[in-house]
Order: sequence, then C-alpha cells, then structure tokens
Amino acid sequence: MVDVFDIYDKMERNNILLSFKGEITSDLLTSILQIMENKMDNMQEEPKMKKKVYNVLVECLQNLYHHLDDSTDSAKMEKVKSAIFMIGKLETKYSIFTGNYILNENIHGLKSRLDEVNSLNKEELKEYYKKVLNNGEMSLKGGGGLGMIDIARKTGEKLEYNFLEIDNKVSFFTLNIKVSQQQ
Amino acid sequence: MDKYAIEGTPKTPSISFDLNGGVLEIKGRSIPENSIEFYKPLVDALDKYTTAAKPATTVNVQLEYFNTSSSKCILDVFKKLEGIHKGGSAVTINWHYEEDDEDMLEAGEDYQAIINVPFKMVMVNE
Repeated sequence: MVDVFDIYDKMERNNILLSFKGEITSDLLTSILQIMENKMDNMQEEPKMKKKVYNVLVECLQNLYHHLDDSTDSAKMEKVKSAIFMIGKLETKYSIFTGNYILNENIHGLKSRLDEVNSLNKEELKEYYKKVLNNGEMSLKGGGGLGMIDIARKTGEKLEYNFLEIDNKVSFFTLNIKVSQQQ
Repeated sequence: MDKYAIEGTPKTPSISFDLNGGVLEIKGRSIPENSIEFYKPLVDALDKYTTAAKPATTVNVQLEYFNTSSSKCILDVFKKLEGIHKGGSAVTINWHYEEDDEDMLEAGEDYQAIINVPFKMVMVNE
C-alpha cells in the first residue's frame, strides 16, 4: 500500500503549499496560478515578493507545459507526459520544484543552456536576455529560450538541477528554483 | 476599421487601438501559452496603420505581468512602431510600472535599449 503518511510527512516538513503530479494542461496552469495568487494574498505576502513568485511560477509551469509534448516515444507516452510541480515556503524563502521526463538526446543541449545561465552575473544576464530577445529567433510557441534567463534574472539565484537516468531513452529532469526576499 | 479592441482575460491583456486618434493601449496581464497567436491581430492592425499613420502616435503599455513568450511578441509590436516612427509619425511609448516593481521597470529599460523610439517610464502608485 502507498504510504500516504510518508508522502504527507515529507511535504509537511518541506512546508509544501501546493503540489501536483500529472499532465500539465492550459486550464490546470491557470488554476494553479490562481490558487497560488490567493494563497499569497491570504498569507499577506508583500506585493514585490508576490510578483516575483508569480512571474517565476508562470515561467516554470509554462516550461513544463511546452516541453512535455516534445517527446514522441509512443510506448512511454502517458508516463512521459506526466510531470511534478511543488511549491513550498520555508521562513521567507519560496522553493519551486519541477520534474519531468526528458529524452536523453536532449540532455546535453539543456544542460549547457542551464550551465551558461548559471555562469553569468546580474549584468551579464541582462545583456544575454536582451541578446536572445532581439535575435529574431522564435520557437513555435514563442518562448525562444528566454525562460531560464528570466528566472535567473528575477530570482538572482543559481538554477539547481539534476538529471536522473531512467533507461537508455529517458531521464527525469528536476529543477529547483529559490525565490527570496532580499532580491 | 478605425478601432481595434479586445477585452482582457486572466491570461491576456486588454488592447485598444484607435487608428484615427493614433492611440494604442495595452493593459493587464500577458501570460498566454501561445502569445504569437494572441498578438498577430495587433501586428496586422499596426501594418494597416503604417500606411495611414497620424502625425503623432501614443502608446500606453501598462502590464502587471508578462511571460517570456509574450516578451518577443511585444518586441515585434515595438519594432512595428519603430517603423512607423521612422515613417514620420512621432511615436511615444509610455511604459507604466508599479512603484515597487523594479523588474517591470527594468523590462521597460530593456526595450528602450533595443528600440529606437522615445520611451517614457511612468511610475504608477498602487
């Protein structure tokens, strides 16, 4: 039997405010944003922090939404479409965790983009953002690789990530974003 | 067509474009998953306006949130306005930001650095 208490206890200890596991749809995304906005209002979060968390949430969730359909592996389709999202708050710091499957062949590209973003300071991130914004390239969905740069810029924190190899085709990619007050 | 207007939604801004008066307003949240689709009609309306632009064009942008998917589309809109500005209509972009929202101010400054049109940063009290 599933150890529900174990899951509950882990979430409690990490002070998880909201979590979801499953397929990320457009409607779900809207609902999560609304719930988090209400929660932060109820917690009387200061407007500046609220805006930052909301902005970062939008980028994280839309990353999940857009990248889930990248993989076409039919045997694993159902599983591959599934993702996990969690947001918690410890003291004054919010932590956003996301996890989703990624094809092994795509790891290298994503990893080098994340490492590049992590290697830049505030000013360099600003310049890099403007460069990518203005390079004329646009993915079909309109993102064009700005999401991670924007998250790093707004949080002022490094993007923590991990790739866990599941088999020779897919890995599980996790991302941990911290949003704190002093920024 | 002398007016293009759409209502805002929780994920998309309200847009009002008075082609006779030369005033374009974008207000609210711009966080759609597919922003290209959302902004295309506005880009098309600006194309039409280019051929019959007023001597002065005022643009008011007052966004609460926008996602990175929208940021490229907003740049496209501003590039159209840059063309209109070069074509002889004096364009001014009023970029509004809330008092405590440094990120929104910075976003405006990013556009200002890229686009060759006079920008005015307008602080709004909450």
